[in-house]
Amino acid sequence: MIYIFDGSLEGLLTAVFEWFERKPGKINLRTIKTHQPDAFTETFSVHTNRTKADRVWSGLQKKLGKEWMRKFYCAYLSELSEVFNALFHFVCYVFLHPAGAEKNYGNEHVLTVSKTARSVEREKHRMEAFIRFQHTADGIFYCGINPDFNVLPLIVNHFKNRYTDQKWIIYDLKRHYGLFYDLSTVEEITVEINSQVLKNPTANQLDEKEELYANLWKDYFKSTNIESRKNTKLHVQHVPKRYWKYLTEKKID
Amino acid sequence: MSERLREKLNILADAAKYDVSCSSSGSDRKNTTKGVGNGHQSGICHTYTEDGRCVSLLKILLTNHCIFDCAYCVSRKSNDIERAAFTVDDVVELTMNFYRRNFIEGLFLSSGIFKNADFTMERLLRVVKRLRLEQNYNGYIHLKTIPGASDELIKEAGLYADRMSINLEMPTETGLKLLAPEKSHQDVIKPLDFVQKQIVQFKDEKKLIKSVPKFVPAGQSTQMVVGATAETDKEIMYTADSFYKNFALKRVYYSGYIPISNDTRMPILGTQPPLLRENRLYQTDWLMRFYGFKVHEILNDANPHLDIDIDPKLSWALRNLQHFPVDINTAEYRMILRIPGIGVTSANKIVQARKFGKLHIYQLKNIGVAYSRAKHFIKCADTPFQLKDFQATQIKAFILAESQSKYLKTDTNQLILF
Repeated sequence: MIYIFDGSLEGLLTAVFEWFERKPGKINLRTIKTHQPDAFTETFSVHTNRTKADRVWSGLQKKLGKEWMRKFYCAYLSELSEVFNALFHFVCYVFLHPAGAEKNYGNEHVLTVSKTARSVEREKHRMEAFIRFQHTADGIFYCGINPDFNVLPLIVNHFKNRYTDQKWIIYDLKRHYGLFYDLSTVEEITVEINSQVLKNPTANQLDEKEELYANLWKDYFKSTNIESRKNTKLHVQHVPKRYWKYLTEKKID
Repeated sequence: MSERLREKLNILADAAKYDVSCSSSGSDRKNTTKGVGNGHQSGICHTYTEDGRCVSLLKILLTNHCIFDCAYCVSRKSNDIERAAFTVDDVVELTMNFYRRNFIEGLFLSSGIFKNADFTMERLLRVVKRLRLEQNYNGYIHLKTIPGASDELIKEAGLYADRMSINLEMPTETGLKLLAPEKSHQDVIKPLDFVQKQIVQFKDEKKLIKSVPKFVPAGQSTQMVVGATAETDKEIMYTADSFYKNFALKRVYYSGYIPISNDTRMPILGTQPPLLRENRLYQTDWLMRFYGFKVHEILNDANPHLDIDIDPKLSWALRNLQHFPVDINTAEYRMILRIPGIGVTSANKIVQARKFGKLHIYQLKNIGVAYSRAKHFIKCADTPFQLKDFQATQIKAFILAESQSKYLKTDTNQLILF
């Protein structure tokens, strides 16, 4: 049997609720987007329901510690269809077994959740490292990003705590939303303008000193390299090529 | 103006790059003043140079003018290179502007010794104070302690810096005397010891009085140059071990010597830096710090050098086959950690997972164990029964045949037929 849900976190939790109410045996969880109907398998559409989702969430909080609640949330942010399925089975597995079951790394769903959470945390950490703000003419520090997973919710606090005295915007170009900090709070924003500008602000949109500091940073990057230790393989392993587009020091002038 | 700044940055970043320490971890300084910056417990590497080293801090010298003439150093007095010096303003402006753009995690400030130790230390202190007090900067600061500077200056610097370090440079006193006759290990030990005592004292006071300020919250580190003089690996690691123990250092860095002069006392220009040896030393360092190995288990009079073709953990296991095979499902964590092919993360997962049932080969592989390596040293639920015990040399041959070392590729003398 196939359960179909809308891809939201609440939808996923509602699916768990519905399964426990009906106990239909072995099921697979799919999102509406990824579901391909076939002639032989029964399907069931999950109608996202806030109250049901909340009940599952609070039940989960009783079973799992803080660390595992975060892993669960991170794995959800991966937005991968097979991970949604693993998360569903993971929650059922945790509910059906005595406390502590989440530590059974011998179980495939536990392992998938923990591995995916790790990838998402890695992506989050990379964003904290690779974001390069540009100082715009109107005094805002701006950066457009394109992360593999939906990590904006995870990096809010880091940037809010760190850059308290400057306005900044981090914009997810793939998912079309961003974060704007106005010196007191962080807001979610969407912008309806030409995406080319969001990717690469033109020189007249930037602060006059922006070019100087970009050049100084490029100089620094070159000077701090030791030629006789050159190790391109290691370099690319640490800074995979798909991130080069963000990095000021990697831009060719 | 900006052209001169670019020139200075090039010279002074180039001169600072041989200091390998770039960690920005261990400080939990908060951005409490509504300013800019905070510490990140595990540190953040913002980029990596083309030689694969992390760039986390803006690593610069205040100046490369120096009154000393140490043979292993590019900034030595007798070396004919361009000299430059930053003003305090230069450093503050660079740091703030790089930090605000999220280029860096903080500042690593070192300096050649000009005039005398106190004069230099006082300048460094001035930069740090400007950042902390005037710019409201709470990011990471790694400051070099200048050997010979007065206790008062060092103590004051410690109130603003997150980490302080002094380089041992040569692993043994004789090596140091050979290349830098004016210096001695004692010059390093004295300030290291002073700062360590202060750290302990501040911590003790903090337990009683909450308002006691932070003092070097990320601790101290040091660095040794490897391969400039003829020390054995054993001498290097025993020195490192004693410094870890006596001064509670957070890190000891090993820097493979990169030939920079025609001095006959050291390897000639053009010699390849000993990258593989450096790698093995770091592996040993990790085994000591995270895997519960004692230094004399890995290096002793019978084995004064680390193996080049296999890592120190594997080589310990091969020398001590009496401890193996280890039963994954019953052995202590301590012993699981010692199995080649199993790291700290996998070992933790194994210990947690085996409570739920005996672990099988496929589960170990999924958990992330390097099974092709570990299989020679373990027993689990479905390990095939084996009639014959292999010798250490045989196991080593099996493992080497399966693994491709990134270093040995060009070294094999074996002809490739196909």
